[in-house]
Amino acid sequence: MYVAVKGGETAIANAHRLLADKRRGDRSLPAISSEQVIEQLTLAVDRVMAEASLYDRALAALAFRQARGDMIEAIFLLRAYRTTLPRFGTSLPIDTGHMLIERRVSATYKDLPGGQLLGPTFDYTHRLLDPSLLEDGPVEEGERRTEACEPAMRVSDILAGEGLIEGDGTLQEDEGGGDLTREPMEFPMSRDLRLQALARGDEGFLLALGYSTQRGYGRNHPFTGEIRIGEVEIELYVPELGFAVSLGDIRVTECQMVTQFKGSSKVPPQFTRGYGLVFGQSERKAMSMSLVDRALRAREFGEDILAPAQDEEFVLSHCDNVQATGFVEHLKLPHYVDFQAELDLVRRMRGEYEASRPGTQIPQTKEAAE
Amino acid sequence: MAVAADSLTGGFAQPVYDSQAVFRLMMDGMARPGTVKTVATDVGAPAPLGLAAGAIALALCDHDTPVWLTAALQKSAVPGWVSFHSGATITREKAEARFAFIEAGTALPSFGLFASGTQEYPDRSATLVIEVAALDDGKALTLSGPGIAATRGMRVKGLPDGFTGQWTMNRALFPRGVDVVLTAGDRFLCLPRTVLITLAEG
Amino acid sequence: MSDLATYNFAYLDEQTKRMIRRAILKAIAIPGYQVPFASREMPMPYGWGTGGVQITASIIGPDDVLKVIDQGADDTTNAVSIRAFFAKVANVAVTTHTHDASIIQTRHRIPEKTLLEGQVLVYQVPIPEPLRFLEPRETETRTMHALEEYGLMHVKLYEDIALNGHIATTYAYPVKVAGRYVMDPSPIPKFDNPKMHLSEALQLFGAGREKRIYAIPPHTAVVSLDFEDHPFEVQTFDRPCALCGAEDVYLDEVILDDKGGRMFVCSDTDHCEERRACGCVGELGVKQEAAE
Repeated sequence: MYVAVKGGETAIANAHRLLADKRRGDRSLPAISSEQVIEQLTLAVDRVMAEASLYDRALAALAFRQARGDMIEAIFLLRAYRTTLPRFGTSLPIDTGHMLIERRVSATYKDLPGGQLLGPTFDYTHRLLDPSLLEDGPVEEGERRTEACEPAMRVSDILAGEGLIEGDGTLQEDEGGGDLTREPMEFPMSRDLRLQALARGDEGFLLALGYSTQRGYGRNHPFTGEIRIGEVEIELYVPELGFAVSLGDIRVTECQMVTQFKGSSKVPPQFTRGYGLVFGQSERKAMSMSLVDRALRAREFGEDILAPAQDEEFVLSHCDNVQATGFVEHLKLPHYVDFQAELDLVRRMRGEYEASRPGTQIPQTKEAAE
Repeated sequence: MAVAADSLTGGFAQPVYDSQAVFRLMMDGMARPGTVKTVATDVGAPAPLGLAAGAIALALCDHDTPVWLTAALQKSAVPGWVSFHSGATITREKAEARFAFIEAGTALPSFGLFASGTQEYPDRSATLVIEVAALDDGKALTLSGPGIAATRGMRVKGLPDGFTGQWTMNRALFPRGVDVVLTAGDRFLCLPRTVLITLAEG
Repeated sequence: MSDLATYNFAYLDEQTKRMIRRAILKAIAIPGYQVPFASREMPMPYGWGTGGVQITASIIGPDDVLKVIDQGADDTTNAVSIRAFFAKVANVAVTTHTHDASIIQTRHRIPEKTLLEGQVLVYQVPIPEPLRFLEPRETETRTMHALEEYGLMHVKLYEDIALNGHIATTYAYPVKVAGRYVMDPSPIPKFDNPKMHLSEALQLFGAGREKRIYAIPPHTAVVSLDFEDHPFEVQTFDRPCALCGAEDVYLDEVILDDKGGRMFVCSDTDHCEERRACGCVGELGVKQEAAE
């Protein structure tokens, strides 16, 4: 006798209870706090905020803890919360030229106004595991500048002075920038929407694509014009007041990649740009984004579209890790109805195949088609 | 803009449930063209906008859907009422409108001036809400097409002149075309672009 | 942070619902055409029914009775999870009985019992574009639909015939709706395709990740693509359901042991239970009261 499996509801509830139990782990250890995550796992929090496209450290830290450290799960949690939030308006464009700079490096100039500022970087650390971290000993205070931070000219502005690089472009009066979380995607896509998709895109996917352009799949001869990390002010224009009010500061990483362009019949030879902007501190993401942004501008510059990184539909349809993980992981949902249909077909086709080979002995195995 | 008080009164008493109820009538109406639906709750739509037309505006319009109004409606309290309750902007450009409202007894604007979508995106088209005198009396018409088992009878009193001719041209554009809702007070019926309208015999 | 837990009726905010509702109305007006919509991130993963959930959330009202099935069954984990979601966020009545439901959300099956006027069947769709596996680019497939250029699909089906002697598509079998648009019916077995044709129920299709909504109004012609010399045919089973004895229904194969023992039972669990409640018994079933 056979009784159909029941009790899915109880099984689900029990699975979730077990998950909560595993998340807490050994009860003799203190529970990790969001404050600890924010302070000590800052870059994880930054990535969650960046790819969830919601700037909120406390919620990102909560999501990270709730996800047991699974980044994409944490991003997903924060996105699903973001989608329920009302939109009050659109902020003014941020001015990275007035950034309160924590780190700023340029690969194109040895020295430049404002200087090179290494800031808190892993660069030049020797990647040797540090056992002293196990002991929670005292940590020296960092050396900080004492004078107020002057705005540092952007490298793109230096090059623009000579007309050697394409301009920033001007925002039209009625152009607020699109929002692909509020409108359906449509190809070809404008650059503002492409940049939004890349800013939300998976760091690993963009890293691989950016890397591929360096290896010749859509090569664009990049130089890191500038990377800057620091705080910028967010302002909202309030029509009732007639002026912009400050909503606070956010930390961002900006990368301007300077790339070659031979010029065309309409435009003289000049440097072009790939742009990357990411919430929090993530040079890897900002640099990858700027490489891919430039690659995706191939059509604009009349370049041949040959490589994956230049293919807009391919890149933008697959860079979202929440979408990707959902669809890949949905394969574990039951598919037995469709599988049954395929089983039936394969059995029939095997039968036809065997029947078409008269005189052949059919091997008697357990798996043989009925 | 007319008297402000008219514009601020009315609306759905329970916006979440009322708009769902009106939408479901409309969904069922679009799925079964020609079936007459009745809106149960008053929304205090200012004259000459009918109850059903007002309820449809509140249920479906918002700041993503420019609304076009006839000259007479423009002069009434309707623009203020629609904007206040739905957040929709009133446009003078027919081609920009996602919804258009036409009161009873007005000359019918040409359907061709409203967005009918493109061959690639036929959904980017206007929905015209046209008030008539009655939906249970008057000229007998026969409908057929998706949503209708064989044929369905419809009676309309006060159908604007030239409607059936314009409808025939609209239908010929398929998959492009506008969709129409005929309203009469608290009642309405839907005519999606797929519907074939013929004069009932005898 | 406790206000995190307060959500609107049926989870979605009203503006999102209006946007989806407008898309549904246009979808009904253009049968089989995929309306792009600004799909929202839902609190369940993409690929797990977010399109269907957004449609259900946008149409459902307090008086609705909801049934959710996955693979034909009410008790599969994803069906249980989605049903629990709506019971929580919309506080609606839920049922497993097909004839009691006003809205049925489904993944991969159409119930065996004929659907009636007033019922709405909401399909969860993974890949809404029937031409996607022939042409991966949206820009290309959109033009093909615009021009009603479906030759590629016929070529693909015909290649199957040339290679195998018959069409090798067993599920998500393409259909033509109201004589115009070729449509993907979602991964239902082709056994279910005839149920879409001239159905009295409204059929809505939601693809969340791919951001598309489409519809089949009631009483609409839905024709599975085929060839004169190779007409469309559905799977047949050479035995009835082992539990209720039903014939002409879709069956799941259940492996009983490691010696090749297997049985075939109704995929539609409600249909099977109802038949057994009426005293129908299959060869491995037991008379009534056995299953709770």
